[in-house]
Amino acid sequence: MSTNASGFKIFQGVIARDLRLALRRKSDSLAVLIFFAVVASLFPLGIGPEQNLLMQIAPGMLWIAALLAAMLSLHKIFSEDFMDGSLDQIALTALPLPLVVLAKTIAHWISSGLLLALISPILALQFNLPMDTVGVLFISLLLGTPLLSLIGSIGAGLTLASRGGGTLLALIILPLVSPVLIFGAGAVESYQSGLGVAAHFSLLGAMLAIALFLAPFASAASIRIALE
Amino acid sequence: MSSLNLNWFKYAAPQRFYGLAGSLIPWFVVSGVILTIIGLVIGLGIAPTDHQQGDSYRIIFIHVPAAWMSMLIYLVMAFWAAIGLIFNARLASMLALSLAPTGAIMTFIALWTGAVWGKPTWGTWWVWDARLTSELVLLFLYFGFLSLHASIEDVRKADRSAALLAIVGVINVPIIYFSVKWWNTLHQGASVSLTKAPTMATQMLTGMLIMVFAFWMYSIAVALYRCRNLILERERHADWVKEVL
Repeated sequence: MSTNASGFKIFQGVIARDLRLALRRKSDSLAVLIFFAVVASLFPLGIGPEQNLLMQIAPGMLWIAALLAAMLSLHKIFSEDFMDGSLDQIALTALPLPLVVLAKTIAHWISSGLLLALISPILALQFNLPMDTVGVLFISLLLGTPLLSLIGSIGAGLTLASRGGGTLLALIILPLVSPVLIFGAGAVESYQSGLGVAAHFSLLGAMLAIALFLAPFASAASIRIALE
Repeated sequence: MSSLNLNWFKYAAPQRFYGLAGSLIPWFVVSGVILTIIGLVIGLGIAPTDHQQGDSYRIIFIHVPAAWMSMLIYLVMAFWAAIGLIFNARLASMLALSLAPTGAIMTFIALWTGAVWGKPTWGTWWVWDARLTSELVLLFLYFGFLSLHASIEDVRKADRSAALLAIVGVINVPIIYFSVKWWNTLHQGASVSLTKAPTMATQMLTGMLIMVFAFWMYSIAVALYRCRNLILERERHADWVKEVL
């Protein structure tokens, strides 16, 4: 019983520690948000200011911008702890490594994906999306960004021992998260065309449930390889 | 029981496998060449001209085998990578790494021949069809495997990391395939369908199947050859390698 209680405390402790670290370096999280806004503003510059066209492509475009922004901060889930050696210490705690990884992934999501979802309505308004569509976009990002953090944590662990850095991480993770993009952006589009969002949200939820269970095991395995 | 185990693991030692692969390669090369000649003669010479597509359909004798191999090799690669990861078997990891470039090339050939066929038949090099898109994602998965492996200096760590990525990829492949398929049906972008005519002339089928076997032989031969090189490279400090070279 006591080990369970202390295990949960460690779980909470890891989340609190990573969030505190993120708070002390606000510029990192802010950079991700600003990148999201900049990429979203570049699309009209590249495509032209025609409002109908922009309205039509806004959901997919905002989703791609959020996806790229999420990629930017992924390597930070483990890399700093790996460099200064604290990841070795964390791996030795009483809590099983997959749960530690889950805690770190949750903290990462709160400091990146959740923020991306929160500012997405403002960006969506720039593209003249109606309020209810903005709501659907917000929910789809709320369901989808945890998936990006979970699947991304596998890549973050795998690239710890490599020289490749962020580009390699994006290269190996982006093909794997393509279903998230399809159903995330697809939910908004299907809502716009009057088809309803139930199917897309169910599939996103199902993927989230599977990833919540499997991804921490895979990233824990990848960290063990890097720590050997 | 023990004799059975012995047979299984005898060739797990890189040195013995090096010899075995060396004696097997000529067989695969010869049968690959013979099958290619037979397959191409049937495909390009004997098989009838398609009444809808004319002679441009004959690309299927390259295209279909390459597409099948591209998917099969990914599974085989992930299988050996998993064996290498789970049982810490060096040779299995080397086999997985030897298969990856061949798989990537097959994927590329499938995409390329598809584009060449699509231009005269559909009037376009590329459509965002479900199969094309998922084949493209497969190519990216191969690239990811190869670049991750190349970016890690410690060979054993590279083997294990890339193996984990291959396994994650295998779990993801059906999800990617179905998501792309549903995405495609929602968009209804492509007006053309890849669905072939329900019946296929016997000679066409025969030629295609022979070409599939030819591609098998080629892939095995090339993978074994690459594996032999990997063994030499990684075991270069061993005495037997110095004797071989």
